[in-house]
Amino acid sequence: MDRAWIPEGVQRCSAGAFYSWMALWLFVLGAAVTTALLILWKGLNQTNMNDYFGFGAWITADLGVIALGAGAFFSGFLTYVLRVKELKALINFAVIIGFICYSSALLILTLDIGQPLRGWFGYWFPNIHSMLTEVIFCITLYFTVLTIEYVPLILENRKIYANPVAHTLSHNFHEAMAIFAAIGTFLSFFHQGSLGGMYGVLYARPFAFREGFFVWPWTFFLFIFSAISTGPTFTVLVTMILQKVTKKRLVPRESLSVLAKIAGWLLCGYVIVKIADTYYWATHILPARGLTLAEQYHGYQYGLWLLFAEIGLCGIVPALILITRRLRENDKWLVLACALASFGVVLNRFIFTVQTLAMPVYPFDKWYIYFPSWQEWVTSMAVIAYGAVIISLSYRYLPVFPYERDLNPPAR
Amino acid sequence: MSEHHEVASKEKYGMVIDLDKCTGCGACTVACLSENNHYVREDESDKLRSVAWMKVYKVTNGEPFPNTKVAFIPRPCMHCDHHTPCVSVCPVMATDYNPLTGIVSQIYTRCIGCRYCVGACPYHARYFNWWDPVWPEGMHKLLNPDMSPRMRGVVEKCSFCNHRLQKAKDKAYVEGRRDLRDGEYVTACAEDCPTKAITFGNMKDPESAVAKLIKSPGAFRLLEKLGTQPKVYYLSNESWIRALGDNALGRKRTARPA
Ligand code: SF4
Ligand code: SF4
Repeated sequence: MDRAWIPEGVQRCSAGAFYSWMALWLFVLGAAVTTALLILWKGLNQTNMNDYFGFGAWITADLGVIALGAGAFFSGFLTYVLRVKELKALINFAVIIGFICYSSALLILTLDIGQPLRGWFGYWFPNIHSMLTEVIFCITLYFTVLTIEYVPLILENRKIYANPVAHTLSHNFHEAMAIFAAIGTFLSFFHQGSLGGMYGVLYARPFAFREGFFVWPWTFFLFIFSAISTGPTFTVLVTMILQKVTKKRLVPRESLSVLAKIAGWLLCGYVIVKIADTYYWATHILPARGLTLAEQYHGYQYGLWLLFAEIGLCGIVPALILITRRLRENDKWLVLACALASFGVVLNRFIFTVQTLAMPVYPFDKWYIYFPSWQEWVTSMAVIAYGAVIISLSYRYLPVFPYERDLNPPAR
Repeated sequence: MSEHHEVASKEKYGMVIDLDKCTGCGACTVACLSENNHYVREDESDKLRSVAWMKVYKVTNGEPFPNTKVAFIPRPCMHCDHHTPCVSVCPVMATDYNPLTGIVSQIYTRCIGCRYCVGACPYHARYFNWWDPVWPEGMHKLLNPDMSPRMRGVVEKCSFCNHRLQKAKDKAYVEGRRDLRDGEYVTACAEDCPTKAITFGNMKDPESAVAKLIKSPGAFRLLEKLGTQPKVYYLSNESWIRALGDNALGRKRTARPA
């Protein structure tokens, strides 16, 4: 019944099947919205945060999705600025993933502040010395850029495109895309960095504090590096999942391999830098504050295994898989590597957010454990349902994958 | 901002707490709660969500009985003097370092409740309002008119009873004076401590009691290695207590919080 809205020449499931699928996700989303309203009504006492854990699951989720969303700007940069032509097949989808990641981050942030109605103070009374101010401005601006990148795709819907205004608009947007990609790259570099900077500047929190270059602590650069190396792996991962769900090849395998290879080499670089950073932290920064590396880890929840999981299992392992041609060309290995790398960056953000606060700075204090409340879980996990809804709608109604028709010729 | 503090001012307020005199009675905490219009919830058992601008930590020397020794460390906001951690991170300038007095204050109506400052402060001096304040029937009549109550969703902390400074200045002005006398402006905790363990005053006035006490041989500050330069000093003749003031390599972290 929605045939006229579906791009020409591609196969989509029946409207009935599609809407049942959507109903499932909308139900989950509905539950999350109800929970969000509960939180707005009753306040942050609905979370398990407290005066030791001022940040928790939401900030972890925010930083996680923003890092994973970096695939959008970085693929844009590779496609439009460095002109890696293989990525043309992927760039629309990368933008959609970025859009989902950033819009959900903004939504979660609104929930996370104690006075959501004062959210605009961030723009009105900015403290230029605060990394968080830089984050607020850059994320808002970059989200605008992502919207500008997403809109032309929406305008290309078969029905909408028939409208002459939409047609002209879409054409003009396309002309300017390289400029937006460049602006997006600039903005993204800064806010990925300032998110890392947010922790590195906490000079009174030995777990997070790092020295740096000029006003930027090393975490500023580490966060950029980890985002550009893992963001693309997440783009590849979601594309593979979508191909699995739709049982179709949507982008040429080569495009995925190229992006995965670039990500793999970047991940190698990141892992080396991260090891160097950890070494300097353990041998200089901590001892200067009377602390040792062992004192930064504790028990199971905060154990030293986190460091090995983050750098080894989710850093070195996927990096090696991705730079090895034979493994990269194998779908199973590729998915495994991308999943590990994506998980690793979320783990890294979790460690910086929660462990920083858990580590007792007073010699006479102890470790406390934080575990999110169900309200925090439901609202954080809603990102997945929200993503599924946007991706499903976009896949069904928009010409997201330019090579889909060629890769799936009609039967007979 | 908090790095270029040294303006031509004759005032910089600070506190000295003599731990050898502190009995851990908690009168300072109660005085603070009452002076600053805190409310108390029916269930305050979750200590990580319970507001105490002046919190008393119980520490021990970590030795087994009969060699166990116990001490109490009252902890207000340190009003950090160097690159004040909370002030520099706040995205909306809702917390402020006053270069004329050295007092770090909080603007409740400006705070958006992001809690970045809570993460920045290593002293756990900052508290978020997880609930809206509720006072028992009729108790609002006992509230201190000089102190605004706080709403849900904002952060608060010890202000060195900043409102008392305003009052003392008003009084001096009426009497035709510009400068305050030592002891004219003191915090509620210093005033109420039954053993007089807390001394408060102008550290820049060489004749003030605090200025003299901070020069005592047993004086130290909490977590000095971090470089925050607290304006709260502690005194103790016990070396194990002084050692607990900061982290040190090669020493086991033994003591337990109360
Ligand atoms: S003790 Fe904490 S709240 Fe007080 S000035 Fe220092 S960083 Fe800020
Ligand atoms: S919680 Fe309030 S005072 Fe603290 S950093 Fe955020 S806006 Fe500033």
